[in-house]
Amino acid sequence: MKRTYICTVCPVGCEIEAEYENDTVLSVKGNTCKRGEQYVKAELTNPVRTLTTTVRREDGKIISVRTDEPIPRRLMLDAMAALNSMRAPKGAKPGDILTQDLLGLNISVSVTGVPEI
Amino acid sequence: MIKECDILIVGGGPAGLAAACAAYDEGCKNIIVAEREATSGGILKQCIHPGFGLHAFGKELTGPEYANIYKEMIKERGITVLDGTFVISVSGTRAVLQSKNGVCEVKAKAVILAMGCRERPRGAINVPGTRPSGIYTAGAAQRLVNIDGYMPGKRAVILGSGDIGLIMARRMTLEGAKVEAVLEILPYSGGLARNIEQCLNDFGIPLYLSHTVTEIHGKERLTGVTVAEVDGDRRPVPGTERFIECDTLLLSVGLIPENELTLGAGIELDRITGGATVDENRMTSENGVFSCGNVLHVHDLVDHVSEEAKIAGTAAAAYASGAPFPESKIRVKAGYGIRYTVPQRISGATDTSIYMRVTENRKNAKITAYAGELPIAELKVPRAAPGEMIRLKLKCGRIPEGTEEITVRMEEPAV
Repeated sequence: MKRTYICTVCPVGCEIEAEYENDTVLSVKGNTCKRGEQYVKAELTNPVRTLTTTVRREDGKIISVRTDEPIPRRLMLDAMAALNSMRAPKGAKPGDILTQDLLGLNISVSVTGVPEI
Repeated sequence: MIKECDILIVGGGPAGLAAACAAYDEGCKNIIVAEREATSGGILKQCIHPGFGLHAFGKELTGPEYANIYKEMIKERGITVLDGTFVISVSGTRAVLQSKNGVCEVKAKAVILAMGCRERPRGAINVPGTRPSGIYTAGAAQRLVNIDGYMPGKRAVILGSGDIGLIMARRMTLEGAKVEAVLEILPYSGGLARNIEQCLNDFGIPLYLSHTVTEIHGKERLTGVTVAEVDGDRRPVPGTERFIECDTLLLSVGLIPENELTLGAGIELDRITGGATVDENRMTSENGVFSCGNVLHVHDLVDHVSEEAKIAGTAAAAYASGAPFPESKIRVKAGYGIRYTVPQRISGATDTSIYMRVTENRKNAKITAYAGELPIAELKVPRAAPGEMIRLKLKCGRIPEGTEEITVRMEEPAV
């Protein structure tokens, strides 16, 4: 079977034509780097996405965060629920780790921005 | 109260911060950055999604992370950033600033305009109907969600499939809203293919091309919109109207460079870009006044904003130190297939780059710069699109003596 994917690993967004059988990739064409090939393989078996969102701080203000690795796409809304129930500490700074283990996936979530800086 | 400095930079967003660092590194130490918000970083503060810095730093950063790199650089250099400070007028290289400390005049040797853009609002696109609450520009909604922590509504329709609209489709959905549809008046989306995938397809949000909103309904709060297909002239096709129930309408229908100050200073603007006309140093029609970033022309990647700001900052520092500037008398014109070029004039004294956008999608586009009939620069672009700025390198050695005008155009496709 053939399918065309738009790779989402970087802003270039290569159009990759993949030939596959069930979840085995037979060939890829159109990617400009190796990550594109890995992306297509993942899309077939376990699509993943980097999640960026905001978390409320103890004092009520909003800070921005990101998952340090992509998480399974099907768990994005669950991850949102988990992060929305957290409260970040008042002194949180960009680069700090908010949680080491999101949803038991062993993936950390880092602070990317705070209002004062 | 009068302050004196070498360079005044209007705006502490990505362009202003990068220009300040470049000017400082070029030897100019007396710099003031005027930033109207409580902290610098500009629009990047609310762009919490990744996609920044791939070219500049080889890493995919979120907006705040990209901004933080420059804020660190500003701190390291000890450059003065006046927060909560609004520039209310510019005249030559003088300006009037306003803050909670009152009004003050600044006398500078050079000024860099880096004010960024505003969003096109509903009034400008004349959507008929009532005027209920629940209608926001996409960027305003982004600020409400990502900075203030408010949801603009629960059930949204988004008009415009540019990146801001697509990003907000995802953001609203992640925070629990139902995004009913994204509408795009053109037959193609202006956003990155990657965003169609990650922001719409991932969530099953439909994209309706060649569609627009023809009526807004609701008394106090939006209750829904009428949408219709449009024809080749972007006019609604009668009989295709449909009602979509929603309480929120996000408008992602264009960014407009914010050049009120530029106009007030009597500086020449380019009708197509909406920004000032500049030379290869990004100097405007007013000596000593430079412009860079989105206020000059709307960029796709912040990495390019930083590059452009570096050009302007470096040049402004040279100007402020009294270095001689060659006159830029060679006009650069946009020919067939090219919407605009920046810069609009060059000196021809140094190698430089011309930035441009094409007017239509074209595979295997060939772009050529001509001095009269003579080709002086060429570039092949495999997938040229209006949404992706193109850079054409120009070697000054190829420009014949006495050239008055250079035209950049897309070659007609081979038949």
